[in-house]
Amino acid sequence: MSPPVAPAGWSRWLVPPAALAVHLSIGQAYAWSVFKPPLESSLGLSGTESALPFQLAIVMLGLSAAFGGTLVERNGPRWAMTVSLVCFSSGFLISALGAATQQYWLIVLGYGFVGGIGLGIGYISPVSTLIKWFPDRPGMATGIAIMGFGGGALIASPWSTQMLASFGTDSSGIALAFLVHGLSYAVFMSLGVLLVRVPRGERPVEGAPSVLQGPQVSAGSAIRTPQFWLLWVVLCMNVTAGIGILEKAAPMIQDFFKDSSTPVSVSASAGFVALLSAANMAGRIGWSSTSDLIGRKNIYRVYLGTGAVMYALIALFGDSSKPLFVLCAMVILSFYGGGFATVPAYLKDLFGTYQVGAIHGRLLTAWSLAGVLGPLIVNWIADHQKNAGKSGSALYELSFIIMIGLLVVGFAANELIRPVDARHHIPTPKEETVDVERQQPESA
Amino acid sequence: MSNDSSQSPPDRRPLIAFAWLWVGAPLVYGLYELVQKATKLFTG
Repeated sequence: MSPPVAPAGWSRWLVPPAALAVHLSIGQAYAWSVFKPPLESSLGLSGTESALPFQLAIVMLGLSAAFGGTLVERNGPRWAMTVSLVCFSSGFLISALGAATQQYWLIVLGYGFVGGIGLGIGYISPVSTLIKWFPDRPGMATGIAIMGFGGGALIASPWSTQMLASFGTDSSGIALAFLVHGLSYAVFMSLGVLLVRVPRGERPVEGAPSVLQGPQVSAGSAIRTPQFWLLWVVLCMNVTAGIGILEKAAPMIQDFFKDSSTPVSVSASAGFVALLSAANMAGRIGWSSTSDLIGRKNIYRVYLGTGAVMYALIALFGDSSKPLFVLCAMVILSFYGGGFATVPAYLKDLFGTYQVGAIHGRLLTAWSLAGVLGPLIVNWIADHQKNAGKSGSALYELSFIIMIGLLVVGFAANELIRPVDARHHIPTPKEETVDVERQQPESA
Repeated sequence: MSNDSSQSPPDRRPLIAFAWLWVGAPLVYGLYELVQKATKLFTG
């Protein structure tokens, strides 16, 4: 499948909704927890077992983004969005069959393995195209798409809950819910497949800089540069710090104010989790757009430096003031989201647009490690502190100190990032443009 | 000149509005549900 080239007069403002149609769908992954209790009761599963489909999906996300990035660059965004649609929807349909026949392994295979491939390919599918359409505002463009990944769970969580309430939480109700999810997401994502176009030539908008401005580095060369691995460390540290709060947000706020005059109830802690989700989403579009104005290196100084200060404030004064605790946690989560959304534009600054999608896919392996590291640190330390007889905010103090240390490591890595040496640049980037321009534009 | 104007690209604004509505409507629903939940932090 050749990349779909935009016809004359195609608006670049049609590309962000195409990206959002995919990201809002695959963002459903973070709402998997809605299905856990019904699956546990209807199929007799443990909590660990019911988490398997989600865990496998996240592993497959990382692997398919890392290894499928080059294919996405070669075949274009429409191919990638089609693969994502087919895999993500098929994952639900296979899971529906699994629930209907009470074969749990089919749910793990469907949602986790097949659907997970859809997550990874879908996540990176619009990134390169958006950067090429918005060379003047790459941070804002990728911020819109990656905000969608955060927004997907906001939509799916209440939607899936209502569906299970209507269909029932037995295995046939779950099967019907999976079936409706698979079909609905196929229809919703098809907008992205139909709308996405790559720009004609290297200057999609009059007055905007050329997409080939600056150095161009292939994905194969990029992973041999220190810049790639420094940025890998930056992303890994930033994500670990965010997940450290996100993963245990509800019990954390209850523990912090357990002995205060205004303890936090279970329903109030759910409100805190919702606020963190809002901050995460707002950070994706807000901070990433800001990076277009102040530069990528500076925005990561803010994420990592101010993030460390926020953790220090929570560790020192968090249990004395609920507003301070909530505010600091929201700022940290906005940096967490911002870090995800800004990294494609940072990669574009360092390695150019030539294979930025493939490089982004490889960088997302940092997310996979952070996804294990963050929860592991916070949970392991909290359990040990509890066994040592501690309670309240003391359960988390050591975790927060470690998080500050990780953010300082990330800050130092960011400081070490310099422009890529010229020996890694590809010699004739113009040839790529000529190839793209030779293709026939598609009709609208 | 008249030949140029007859080949002008079609107006994409209705398509842009439809595309943004397609993705915006569910997002507004999600944000509404989020606000409902978030207020529980302050109301208990």
